[in-house]
Amino acid sequence: MLLQQIVNGLLLGGVYVLVAVAFSICWGFLNFVNFSIPALFSLGGFCIWVFMQYGIGWWPSALLAVVLAAAVSCIVERFTFRFQRNAGPVVPLVSSLGFLILIENVLLALYGSEGRAVQLPLQDVNWRIDGLVISLPQLGGLLLAILLVAGFSVALKTSKLGRGVRAIAESPDTAVLLGVRINSLVPLVFLLAGVFSGLAGVLFALGYQQVSPFIGDQVALKGLSAMVLGGMGSIWGAVLGGLVIGIVEVLAIRFWSADFVKIAVYGVLLLLLIIKPSGLLGNGQTRQEKF
Amino acid sequence: MSGYVETILVMLSINVILAYAAFLPLAAGQVNLGIAGLMAIGAYASSYLGAEYAVPPGPAIAIGVLISAAVSIVIAFPILRTRDIYLALATLALGECISGIIINTEALGGAAGYSVSGYVGLPWIASCAIGVCVLVFILFRTRLGLCIVSVDDDERVADLLGIHVRAVKVAAFSMGGALAGLAGGLYAHYFSFIEGQHFTVLLSVYVVLYVLLGGAKTLIGPLAGALIFTLMPELLRAGNEWRYALFALFVIAVMAIRPHGLFMPGQPPWRRLGRSGEAR
Repeated sequence: MLLQQIVNGLLLGGVYVLVAVAFSICWGFLNFVNFSIPALFSLGGFCIWVFMQYGIGWWPSALLAVVLAAAVSCIVERFTFRFQRNAGPVVPLVSSLGFLILIENVLLALYGSEGRAVQLPLQDVNWRIDGLVISLPQLGGLLLAILLVAGFSVALKTSKLGRGVRAIAESPDTAVLLGVRINSLVPLVFLLAGVFSGLAGVLFALGYQQVSPFIGDQVALKGLSAMVLGGMGSIWGAVLGGLVIGIVEVLAIRFWSADFVKIAVYGVLLLLLIIKPSGLLGNGQTRQEKF
Repeated sequence: MSGYVETILVMLSINVILAYAAFLPLAAGQVNLGIAGLMAIGAYASSYLGAEYAVPPGPAIAIGVLISAAVSIVIAFPILRTRDIYLALATLALGECISGIIINTEALGGAAGYSVSGYVGLPWIASCAIGVCVLVFILFRTRLGLCIVSVDDDERVADLLGIHVRAVKVAAFSMGGALAGLAGGLYAHYFSFIEGQHFTVLLSVYVVLYVLLGGAKTLIGPLAGALIFTLMPELLRAGNEWRYALFALFVIAVMAIRPHGLFMPGQPPWRRLGRSGEAR
């Protein structure tokens, strides 16, 4: 049933949307591919299980997990940006990869590598219309993702903070000269990236009810593809890219095999980068000069 | 020599070769996150030749290297249209595609992996690693080495001075690919078993980290990075399952204290870091 597959793809895409937006704000504002995002995803998804082990209800656990991911993201900011300003473009990349290894291995050391079941108290979490099955946690996740992105993009356009962040994106040096407080705005970007990626992990955990310390590696890297697909740094592009990647993945599983997903997703990415690197909704002024 | 020490020395040699495989494109300003894919091509090509056509390990690995180099050259032309972070992502996608294709190819054992018939021992692998180091050191004494560095320093100026920038870039990329193929062939013939799942993005990322941690602008950097990356988790073995976490802390600390990597001799101009006017 094709329609069912497309619905599934869109629901899965909700997770990718959040990750892609997290990547996109780091790239768009800081010119930085933040490889700690897959780890924050794992952290969010895995910690909901950890908190539930202590007898906390599922939604306070989810909230705590997102808060934790956001807090860790702020620590990441210190060690990728604050302490190494002007250190060259590769340094934040390497440090964020360091955090990727660190966070996942701390989870591994504390809780082992086996998959854990996240048990929801809700009995039937599916919604059926005309034979179409829609998973409610996933639908809620998709709606939440789009709402958050919409709210974020409005805030970016209208608020003073948003103006400051956009000024940093334009030119960090000029922004500082004009009185933008770069030291308080950069953590804000990381905080948001942490919230988006942690939330994506939580939604993934709730949707699939299975987590492991390494879920971020495979899932969140597809979010990176989604970001590029939509246009690097474009927030609505990230939304579109996330949904497209979700659909491509589900259709690839439906018509070929689960192993084929990798070829389909990354093949699309590779072709796109070669043919049109600015992505679907990119503005063509992608900053190719800077790394 | 105990089997444990031998395995570590083999991993060290292979990691040194991989580090230089990542270093050559990096020296020309390209971040190649597809090293694992090119390594997989070398590993599978040489093993396939050994198993199907009974080619002895030496020639099989050599042909594997040639195939990796050929694939790199063919891929280099379209992929080097992109640059900087786009190139990094394109190579990442490439690596994932290659491992995806291998997992889906029945003739290569698919996801179940592939047994390798030939065997290559530590002495050969170690001498290959030493040979690679020597070759890279010699390369950077030649004109081509100088061209590679100049392309990284300033492409436009290099172009104005009559250097064929594109050719130099393709050369650096595909020499790196050839080295990755060599590492793959040696890996396959020592461990006698390969599977597509081994050649992941994470492996590529680690290899690029060797270079960046050691210092991407010096010849000694990749060697130092590979040494640290291979030996340190082993030395931290006392810390048991915490060793990779400790190791990651070390990486983060090095980047906070020495952002340009451990090795950064500043004398010759091409080794200077941080081109002026480049923020962050």
